[in-house]
Amino acid sequence: MGAGIELEDVICDFGSFRAVDRVNVTVKEGEFFSFLGPSGCGKTTILRMISGFTDPTGGVIRIGGKDMKGTRPNQRPTALIFQNLALFPLMSVADNIAFGLSVRGVDKSKCRTRADELLKLVDLPGAGDKLVSQLSGGQKQRVAIARALAVEPAVMLLDEPLSALDLKLRQHMRAELRSIQKRTGVTFIYITHDQGEALAMSDRVGVMSHGQLQQVADPREIYNQPTNGFVASFVGENNIFAGKLGAVSNGIAAFSTPHGQFRARLADGVARDETLKLYVRPEYTILSPDPGAENSLPVRVTEVSFEGNFISVHAISDSGANVAAEIRNDGAVTVPAVGATLHATFAAESAALLPDETRA
Amino acid sequence: MSELLRRYGPGLTLIFVLLTAFWLLMLVILPNITLFEASFRPYLPVTEIGGPRDVYSLNNYAKFLNNAVPASYFGIDVQIPVHLKTFLATVTYSGVVTIVCFLLSYPLAYYLAKVVNPKSLPTLILLLSIPLWVSEALRAFAWYIILTFNGPLNAVLVGLGVLEAPVRWQNGVMTPYDGIMIGLTYTYVLFMLFPIYGAIQSLDRNQIEAAEDLGARWWQIHWRVVLPHSRPGIASGCVMVFMLSAGSLLVPTVLPSTSSNWFTETIRQWMLESQDWNTGAAYSFLYILLCSVVVMVVMWLFRVKLNEIAK
Repeated sequence: MGAGIELEDVICDFGSFRAVDRVNVTVKEGEFFSFLGPSGCGKTTILRMISGFTDPTGGVIRIGGKDMKGTRPNQRPTALIFQNLALFPLMSVADNIAFGLSVRGVDKSKCRTRADELLKLVDLPGAGDKLVSQLSGGQKQRVAIARALAVEPAVMLLDEPLSALDLKLRQHMRAELRSIQKRTGVTFIYITHDQGEALAMSDRVGVMSHGQLQQVADPREIYNQPTNGFVASFVGENNIFAGKLGAVSNGIAAFSTPHGQFRARLADGVARDETLKLYVRPEYTILSPDPGAENSLPVRVTEVSFEGNFISVHAISDSGANVAAEIRNDGAVTVPAVGATLHATFAAESAALLPDETRA
Repeated sequence: MSELLRRYGPGLTLIFVLLTAFWLLMLVILPNITLFEASFRPYLPVTEIGGPRDVYSLNNYAKFLNNAVPASYFGIDVQIPVHLKTFLATVTYSGVVTIVCFLLSYPLAYYLAKVVNPKSLPTLILLLSIPLWVSEALRAFAWYIILTFNGPLNAVLVGLGVLEAPVRWQNGVMTPYDGIMIGLTYTYVLFMLFPIYGAIQSLDRNQIEAAEDLGARWWQIHWRVVLPHSRPGIASGCVMVFMLSAGSLLVPTVLPSTSSNWFTETIRQWMLESQDWNTGAAYSFLYILLCSVVVMVVMWLFRVKLNEIAK
């Protein structure tokens, strides 16, 4: 069964560079938790600290309530799946999977039985005698998962394990990972820079930037109610307008920008300072021939691309603002022509005023 | 070849090719063929060469089995040919040198390849290779001085109180070949270190971490992951150190004990002291053959394939 993980004020410095900066998060047992962020944001360092390969400079890491300080990786109840999988090329598939058991002194026939069971679990029955080099990318992935599950870890740590796979396989493996996690009840900590992966698989997501956690929430909240501009623009697309905050009433604030007067949501507790910008997603941006009642901006269409399920339109206002809009393709939609003059409008409730980045 | 021609033109290419051909033909192939032919002919006074007694035979090779002397192996006393006894001692102690070199090199190679800060690596490699700048003869004589009865090793050990009285190291403490083995180990240890270093360096660090993450202890990581991966390097290092040790003439001559006898010395005695180049040549070819057999058998025992070493 899974175990919970607590990170308390965890800091990791490499020389003068602070890779992880006071991260506080509690992962519940049996949860699928993703750290999402661009490369270099410190997410892999967090994973290495949980697995024990990197010592935190400060703070406490607890697994199952137990402080892990001084516990070597081979003594921790974690299993790490490396980005390049790190399967042992000189061993058979079964020996790979049973490695963790055989170093604990489990006898050969028991190892083999367990390896075969796990191969069934990851949907690769009968592959035990193959060499790792005979497997495809997706099969290697499954063997790596089986090898990690063999030691019955309480926590499984995954370092972008799907990044080397092609798109179709990646989508398939997402579902697979999720179902393995549900079946085993092991806590999964997943590291990725791919927002689609993080949103689709996780119970909760922690978005990171510059070593700091920006927001921890379930995928829907991360996407719909980002707490700052970094989260909003890293997860999904946004039209962004800089401007000045005006009067606020009932959570809706007036916002004056060089492109016009807008109204948008202003959540409680957001610092009302200079860094506030207006964020509105392309799918909430409507292009229409007539100006709207509010939040309306005349634009000229510069680029139209047909994406299949939706049509992506880029336009520019007279004041020089770039606006992106997505029109859902219902089969009868009229595609705007390049050069057409339209009005970009959005509802005040679908736009948010957010600060740049939350600094701890 | 066409690349050579394109780059350097026909004149230079011809010179390169002729020089290489001269090297191979005149300095390698012809001398060996001459010796090989000579090894089947008897050693005769100049006047009889080409005479009726000058016929091909295996007599020179058969001398290897002459002159039985008493010897003792594993507590059993036997009579064996004196040169066979020398051969067995040479192969055995070359094997010991190889094992000692491996035991010294593997931890150092692992340290250099995976532990040490890459920034200080060039300095360390330089420090390790400094002894190679000094000629082999000087290094052997240096050990002669270190091990001599009134030498620094005895002085230090007696001075520190480790020994009560100086020891005759050169006569051998454990075996009559101690001095030779020390000299050979010192001379050839780097031929073991560098191939193993190369092999371990090519091991993905994630493999080591994966093994540790799965619960392996440090010795299990080495036994299950690092050693199997570095097998080709270990094998080529072992073959090199063994063949170089078995073929060394200088070290056994400079650091002998009263009862040590290296097979290369036997060959030298035939050639230079008895002036019998025919038997000397026969012994040389026999020696190469037997040493190769030993290497092949050991490789077979450890399931190492030739193409792994060539990597």
